[in-house]
Amino acid sequence: MSDYILEMNHIVKDFSGVKALNDVNLKVKRGEIHALCGENGAGKSTLMNVLSGIYPFGTYTGDIVYNGEVVKNRNIKDSEKKGIVIIHQELALSPYLSVAENVFLGNEQMTIKGVIDWTQTRNKAQEMLEKVGLGSENLDAPVNTLGVGKQQLIEIAKALAKKVDLLILDEPTAALNDEESAQLLEIMLKLKKQGITSIIISHKLNEISYVADAITVIRDGQTIETLTKGADDFSEDRIIKGMVGRELTNRYPERVDCPIGDVVLEVKDWNVYHPEDPHRQVLKNINIKVRAGEVVGLAGLMGAGRTEFAMSLFGQQYGQKISGEILMHGRQVKIKSVKDAIDHKIAYTSEDRKNYGLILFNDIKWNMSLAALRSYFSQNGVVDANKEVMEAEKYKELINIKSNSVHQAVGSLSGGNQQKVILAKWMLTEPDVLILDEPTRGIDVGAKYEIYCAINDLAKSGKAVIVISSEMPEILGTCDRTYVLNEGRIAGEIDRENLSQERIMKCIMQDNNRKGE
Amino acid sequence: MEKKKTVNLSLKQYGMVFAMLIIFIIFYALTGGVNATPMNMNNLIMQNSYVIILATGMLLCVLTGNVDLGVGSYVALCGAVAAKLIVEQNMNIVLAFIITILVGVAFGAFNGFFIAYLGIPPFVVTLAGMLIGRGLTYTLLESKTVGPLPGAYVKVGAGFFLTNKIEFGSGTLDLITILVAVIATVLVLGAEYRTIKTQQKYGFAMVPTWQTAIKLVATLGILWFFFFKIAAYNGIPIILILMAVIVGVYHFITSKTVAGRQVYALGGNEKAARLSGIDTKKVYFWVYTNMGFLAAIAGIVLSARNASATPKAGDGFELDAIAACYIGGAAASGGVGTIVGAVIGAFVMGILNNGMFLIGLPTDLQKVVKGLVLLGAVTFDVLSSKKKN
Repeated sequence: MSDYILEMNHIVKDFSGVKALNDVNLKVKRGEIHALCGENGAGKSTLMNVLSGIYPFGTYTGDIVYNGEVVKNRNIKDSEKKGIVIIHQELALSPYLSVAENVFLGNEQMTIKGVIDWTQTRNKAQEMLEKVGLGSENLDAPVNTLGVGKQQLIEIAKALAKKVDLLILDEPTAALNDEESAQLLEIMLKLKKQGITSIIISHKLNEISYVADAITVIRDGQTIETLTKGADDFSEDRIIKGMVGRELTNRYPERVDCPIGDVVLEVKDWNVYHPEDPHRQVLKNINIKVRAGEVVGLAGLMGAGRTEFAMSLFGQQYGQKISGEILMHGRQVKIKSVKDAIDHKIAYTSEDRKNYGLILFNDIKWNMSLAALRSYFSQNGVVDANKEVMEAEKYKELINIKSNSVHQAVGSLSGGNQQKVILAKWMLTEPDVLILDEPTRGIDVGAKYEIYCAINDLAKSGKAVIVISSEMPEILGTCDRTYVLNEGRIAGEIDRENLSQERIMKCIMQDNNRKGE
Repeated sequence: MEKKKTVNLSLKQYGMVFAMLIIFIIFYALTGGVNATPMNMNNLIMQNSYVIILATGMLLCVLTGNVDLGVGSYVALCGAVAAKLIVEQNMNIVLAFIITILVGVAFGAFNGFFIAYLGIPPFVVTLAGMLIGRGLTYTLLESKTVGPLPGAYVKVGAGFFLTNKIEFGSGTLDLITILVAVIATVLVLGAEYRTIKTQQKYGFAMVPTWQTAIKLVATLGILWFFFFKIAAYNGIPIILILMAVIVGVYHFITSKTVAGRQVYALGGNEKAARLSGIDTKKVYFWVYTNMGFLAAIAGIVLSARNASATPKAGDGFELDAIAACYIGGAAASGGVGTIVGAVIGAFVMGILNNGMFLIGLPTDLQKVVKGLVLLGAVTFDVLSSKKKN
């Protein structure tokens, strides 16, 4: 048998004339962790969909050799039968079914055909969960009561239950915090010891350098290179060079001197309780200030309350029993709805752009005008359609949105361009304060750079910007000053000169200890 | 030379007009031309007016991703209220109509309150509304028919606008109808001219000339065919004027106003709409209140045409209105659909009903055909938009 478990040779796949994959080659050694890197739209997910049979045999050219024989997968069932299991970025769990039921979703343990064998289901589920380090979880708990990190691990347990030989993980850590990500990577290494081969797609290059044995870089639908651990340089800069085709000397644009002005937004003694549980305090006495021309970071682990803080501020869209004061330009304001927030010149872009930011099947111009429809795009309640097109064209140029026209549905844009549409939408409300929640989540290096440039431009034009991010390098690279949140409290405030990843983690640790005392 | 930007007309938008014409032509052949007689064209309008009025309101519900199952009952209830007040209380007709409309609005607001502010699913609220409305109608009418209604009342549903007839061929031709057709033609051409002017002024993408030409020829062809037929009958029905005003106003609201855009945004993605500053509860409330308003108007029109109010009136209208929206290209999941589409959808159903009646197809089979047309239209719509992606 060959040394390679999988060889994909000269794969070409086109979508109505556009070549998404143009001669891609991928060779995966048995028992290794192989990473697939490339910018968004480079063709990584398409390649994995070809492999798993989502794009069936015949819709692409080139051949797939798996365990020494050419395979012709017609659908996912075919590939799963051969031991190829793909875990997509969007979790495929049924939220109200129990943990055990989800582990065997689509692969039910049965006594006779069609009748579920509950003893077997529970016993085997327990076994699988132990393999992914979730041995102590309650098997009967609905899966939606668990955090995203644990749900991701349940996906892996589900794959293991299918007797997997080749496990494909598409952006497994995109929604996880550092701690959860680390746990997931350890599980991957553990599975490798048990002989399971994995392919991981990820934008988090530090994770890839840590976990992968080989890295294949894809750009514009073509294989650029394969790097092997030990033989090649595995540094992040080296991988980025392959991905973008040039050395990206600086991943964050220079913060040109923009004068920092007066305090624009000040929040005093902000307290918020959980929307479903009036006794659970989610945010405790938060005090922050943001000045004109300043980019302020909100750092913290997932669950620290950053998004909750932003949403509760933005017209009470999160929580109950909200108390505290909001001052805009030193004057106290009452903000009870999103409309109030917009009227008081506050903008918020959600971390979940597909569900909370965009109307995917509407076009660029409609998405852009939505928040400023009342204030800017209409007169006496009648929408000025010409103005919509003109402004959309203007912003398309201004922040470089790549699309055929402003009449294109935003759902067909890449993640980076979608994020730019959202940015334009809120710039059009002419805010004084912009709160950007995970503005670069899941988008590629090039588009990230452009978003950072846009943030700098906003600050330069005198706006106060708050950046919420789970990626510490991003906070380091973009912010003038950073608040660290931990368990709903401000655990520290660090200025640019003293800002480092270690310093942020130290704040969190100290805060945890303080609580312990 | 710089390449001019062009954009094609959406086939989806005009495909249904095409389907409507084909259905009409098929029945023209099957009935030996009976479906195109002046009298039958007039009937088409009179018989379908209430469905069209209801479909404009229903479209708003469908745009939010929901339906209103109770409209048939509200129609019956409002017709009963108006007839009762006028026949038994001898109330002034205008006052009675105002009260009737208030009853419809109140019913709609009642639904809207439960849906918007208590978060009860619209399907459940309007299913309850359907039962409550029908029950109230039976109670109010004591299960009997109230009638006949006075002439002035009946005129709303069965009367005609001013006429000025001349001899024409073997019959007469109403000049006022022809005048209205001329005005309509000028308006259509004027609107097209304005659109082209703006496109040129701002350098927007243009529709290719041949496509514009086909569109105009088809629109004006249908318009003139229709107006010529009703001119040869008895002139413009009052209902047609009412219908045109309602369709015009709601077309304007949905396509040109902030309020209309908010309905689309809510249907497209409720969470995103809320985070864009749209008061989604208010939108739900007004969409359902408005449905009550239009149901009241349809109720008055229906009772006027029948010259009586019966407890069974409007039975099944909700389904016709919903079907009209879906046939007209609205998406069941919300956020997609147009008033014009819903009107065309209503006409597709109407022409089908009318044609099947004329060829004497049994009522049982008529329902099967209608069901299949609805299924076919939506399947075509879903599959063709899937292919595009």
